Amino acid sequence: MAEVTKLIHKYLRHDKKFPHVWCPGCGIGIMLGALIRAIDRVGFGKDEVVLVSGIGCSGRLPVYVDFNTLHTTHGRALTFATGVKLAKPGLKVIVIMGDGDAVAIGGNHFIHAARRNIDVTSIILNNSIYGMTGGQSSPTTPYGMRSSTTIYSSIEQAFKISELAVTAGAVFVGRGTVYHAKLLDSLIEKALLKPGFSMVEVIAHCHTQYGRQNRLGTAVEMMEWQRDHAVEVKKAATLKSEELKDKVVIGVLVDKELPVYQDEYEKIRERAKEAGAQKV
Amino acid sequence: MVEGALRAGCRFFAGYPITPATEISEILSVKLPQVAGTFIQMEDEIASLGAVIGASLAGVKSMTATSGPGFSLMQENLGFAIIAEVPFVMFVAMRGGPSTGLPTFPSQSDVMQARWGTHGDHPAIVLSASTVRECYEMTIKSFNFSEKFRTPVVLLIDEVVAHMREKVILSEEEMEIIDRVKPTVPPEWYIPYEDVPSGIPAMANFGEGYRYHVTGLTHDIRGFPTSRPDEIGPFMTRLHRKISQHFAEIQMAEFFQTEDAEVTIIAYGCVARSAKRAMIQAREKGIKAGHLKLLTLWPFVRSAVEKILKTSKILIVPEMNMGQLSREVKRVSRGAAKVYALNKVDGTMITPEEIMNRILEVS
Repeated sequence: MAEVTKLIHKYLRHDKKFPHVWCPGCGIGIMLGALIRAIDRVGFGKDEVVLVSGIGCSGRLPVYVDFNTLHTTHGRALTFATGVKLAKPGLKVIVIMGDGDAVAIGGNHFIHAARRNIDVTSIILNNSIYGMTGGQSSPTTPYGMRSSTTIYSSIEQAFKISELAVTAGAVFVGRGTVYHAKLLDSLIEKALLKPGFSMVEVIAHCHTQYGRQNRLGTAVEMMEWQRDHAVEVKKAATLKSEELKDKVVIGVLVDKELPVYQDEYEKIRERAKEAGAQKV
Repeated sequence: MVEGALRAGCRFFAGYPITPATEISEILSVKLPQVAGTFIQMEDEIASLGAVIGASLAGVKSMTATSGPGFSLMQENLGFAIIAEVPFVMFVAMRGGPSTGLPTFPSQSDVMQARWGTHGDHPAIVLSASTVRECYEMTIKSFNFSEKFRTPVVLLIDEVVAHMREKVILSEEEMEIIDRVKPTVPPEWYIPYEDVPSGIPAMANFGEGYRYHVTGLTHDIRGFPTSRPDEIGPFMTRLHRKISQHFAEIQMAEFFQTEDAEVTIIAYGCVARSAKRAMIQAREKGIKAGHLKLLTLWPFVRSAVEKILKTSKILIVPEMNMGQLSREVKRVSRGAAKVYALNKVDGTMITPEEIMNRILEVS
């Protein structure tokens, strides 16, 4: 049996919920593939993985995968994940979000989860648009682009999700694109193995909404754009900010050590027990 | 309430500071880590309830505490927990509203928010308490109901009860503790939202081998999103049936001298204390007064009110709101008695004298 068929049989709920809801040519499938390959390589058991998502196209992802799966309210996935992780630290908690989930409605939860260094892995599919609801502008829609709610042009500056995560204190931040599938595999694998709040931003195309409204061509043409505009972190360091203006910096942006929330809380428990014992 | 929560087995709290519910957070931040539990202060109330739901899905009894403005923010995830059937307990200490309102003054103005605050058709279990002992007992009841019926339970108290100090001696043994029913079948046979006769399917915790899907979308019996009318209808019906067929167990009220009462005062929370005093004063004046104290606010205790209607032709419903529960009393009494509201919304308690005056006015 081909390697990919083995993975499909092992991890997908192939007998239950297919066909999926995504458009032909969508980048989510590539991200899902990268996630499954990474989980398989690091060897997490299916019972110990909890896959949490928010709302939108990316929110539908957990339905298709045979883990403990939790499809939450819009933008709140990280809060549910925080509860799961703290209640049962042995579980491997992975959160799938879109750009709307992570930095619009859930922006507050995103920066605080990073700041606290909760041991979860976030994978954010950034396609610069609200796809499922019909192509409205999101906080990552670039200045000057068109969407269903900015037909004259978007006049807001876009969030840079990875840079936001770095500033908020995430211990691992990586950015890839769905064109660079191999890089995505390794970024997700590193993120899964990293203790603390790790995040991988996946630059993806929504040819159905964002691409169509901005005349950016087919899914393939949009992926070619990713190929032509991606710059590795090392190379980006040698370029001037002018040269980086329309580029996407890919690779590992941050990989550092900070105390992990649940380990710190374990110390609190010990101190609380001592204090409680003294009282008696 | 904290003692009740710990006794009931609560080991996870997530919350956000708000008057007059902050004391619960502070005490639990000390006590939960002592018993290997977890306390976390989140970035807002929305996040707090999300974390509570996540912890409960992982198998830990969980709770939060808030007041009106925070309760408004929690309505979104409260609805999620109702449709996904996730147990937990919310303490809500009512203060004056709307909006920031009267943070340090009592009120009973969130009775309807507790019933209908979150969108969509849904059942709700809302309990109340008027003494410190009841706070303890109702907390345990709240956890028991939430675990048994796989649903969130709101314990709705007011600022007076939240800040009340009374001496009580709590017994460890007297109250039964109920835990959620877990599946006993092999994982491949497990149906997480099965339409069982009791209406309450067994609940698997994350990480115990039963990999299933939890969603806020309307789902089929296996937990997967559905748009089929023949699956949506039965699901919604079961969601309501699991509560309605257990009304007798859920609906709690106490009767004081109602056997021969011609005038009955129906009250809850801190107002029930004044109501009891007013009843005694009325009896001293020769008026056949009784008092019905509501411990369950929702589902509304229809049968208890119907029992009173056998003798009482006058019902007085004092409330620190514009009449949120007196309308319910009117509805279920269907003209069999005259229902008089006594509403006070100035941030102060309703006194026994005010209730007494109302009794003299109408009888």
